[in-house]
Amino acid sequence: MSTREWLLTEQPGSRRQARMGQTYRTWLAFRRNRLAMVGLGIVLALVLVALLAPWLAPQDPIVGGSLRTERLLAPSWQHPMGTDDQARDILSRIIHGSRITLLVVALVAVIATPIGLLVGTTAGYYGGWVDTVLMRITDIFLAFPRLILALAFVAALGPGIENAIIAIAITSWPPYARLARAETLTIRTADHIDAIRLQGAHSARIIWGHVVPLCLSSVIVRVTLDMAGIILTAAGLGFLGLGAQPPQPEWGAMIAGGRRFILDHWWVATMPGLAIFVVSLGFNFLGDGLRDVLDPKAHK
Amino acid sequence: MPLIDISDLHVRFGPVHAVRGVSLAVDEGEAFGIVGESGSGKSTVLRAICGLAPTSAGSIRIDGQTLTAPRPPAFYRRAQMVFQDPYASLHPRHTVDKVLSEPLAIHGFTDREARVERALNDVGLGQGFRFRFPHQLSGGQRQRVAVARALILEPKILLLDEPTSALDASIQAEVLNLLDRLRSERGLTYVLVSHDLAVVAHMCERLIVMQHGQTVEELTRAELQAHHAAQDYTRNLLAASEGFTRAAP
Repeated sequence: MSTREWLLTEQPGSRRQARMGQTYRTWLAFRRNRLAMVGLGIVLALVLVALLAPWLAPQDPIVGGSLRTERLLAPSWQHPMGTDDQARDILSRIIHGSRITLLVVALVAVIATPIGLLVGTTAGYYGGWVDTVLMRITDIFLAFPRLILALAFVAALGPGIENAIIAIAITSWPPYARLARAETLTIRTADHIDAIRLQGAHSARIIWGHVVPLCLSSVIVRVTLDMAGIILTAAGLGFLGLGAQPPQPEWGAMIAGGRRFILDHWWVATMPGLAIFVVSLGFNFLGDGLRDVLDPKAHK
Repeated sequence: MPLIDISDLHVRFGPVHAVRGVSLAVDEGEAFGIVGESGSGKSTVLRAICGLAPTSAGSIRIDGQTLTAPRPPAFYRRAQMVFQDPYASLHPRHTVDKVLSEPLAIHGFTDREARVERALNDVGLGQGFRFRFPHQLSGGQRQRVAVARALILEPKILLLDEPTSALDASIQAEVLNLLDRLRSERGLTYVLVSHDLAVVAHMCERLIVMQHGQTVEELTRAELQAHHAAQDYTRNLLAASEGFTRAAP
């Protein structure tokens, strides 16, 4: 029996085989979507570049060359993306900057998704005053503009990429909470929730084991689609000088640095801009593909 | 003493008065039917017994003990329910194995493997079905899984909410025969809700007819089969179940 047959069998022999078969089926459905595969490719490339940055970057991202002869050089074979006003190779800076971007994306996803899921499913499942209290708190957080709250954070804690990440995470969970609550409201009246309640299950078991798995897919899709916005917010904070601090090679801060010579030396601001564009696009494609695969309601 | 004793049960959902003073008594080992059209409150009576619908007045006693809300954990080991729609009553992301072993985990059983295997065999599904997801099962197979889930805690009372109305006619008979066999093997007590008089006549020794949340009348199987109904509503229901007959010219 080939691996493929083993995975796709209608009669799995163990829990592991059933779970892996299910994952493989999802992958087969995902693979059919070409744009989603492009998005996955971009995101995987981002991860690889971030992991291998010290080996991939041709030059040092922080210490530039001769300030007299190597500043603001146009793209050439030696500097494929040119050099900036500190005579640093822009390609090397972008490669190292991918680490910061990936850090932002990963930390925001890890912080905001569980908070949103927990608040949303709890509010939706219990209803009543629990719902009211949790959703009003969510409304309060939704009322803060991301950048303004980030400004307040940075003012309180000092500028830096960590504080920017915390600020972005704190302002990005409310939409997930609303989404999870809306899903929970339709799930909690389902017969299979009544059934597990009749087996004597406690609320925590029902929320965690039965409601969350059904909300998870639409929340994952939403988070993936939001990644582009999160990268842009981080870049915006960098542009304002509130995110990553020089000489860290953060893409938004690099655009801010190139702003002064945008007419004469276009590549200084354009290259990091392109990097932000490509990665944001990659996450959007990936999110769209995941929605087609994971969200059963989008099928029909 | 009857096993299930409901007296003057009222259920209100806000302004809707769904059940208005229903009383019934079911003896141990008996199969009791509740018949009525959609919205007559028949399913709500079942849901009130197992605590899914609120009791606004009246009392429900099992073995002479009045049920409290919320139900104590021990209650769920005495009474279980099978739902109408097998496509909605199984969690779409859980395998059959997970569906069957979770109640055992909740109630702290240790011999879960053996019990899950036995439960699958009891409802006529082999071990080949154990690690399938619901979307890999047909409607009849799903309903068998639902029956297995209801029986895995070895309850004495099974509440059946139109267990066959979402199934094809040929599969209906299979599931009804399965339920019949399980009842005689285990001495179970059934409360069966249905709008299908044929199903109720096949399964139940006694039944009540409900309309607008109230009991219209109580019949035995013999009376039902002989069409000895006292009330007009029941006679209409019986006539309707005969199918369409052309009026004489």
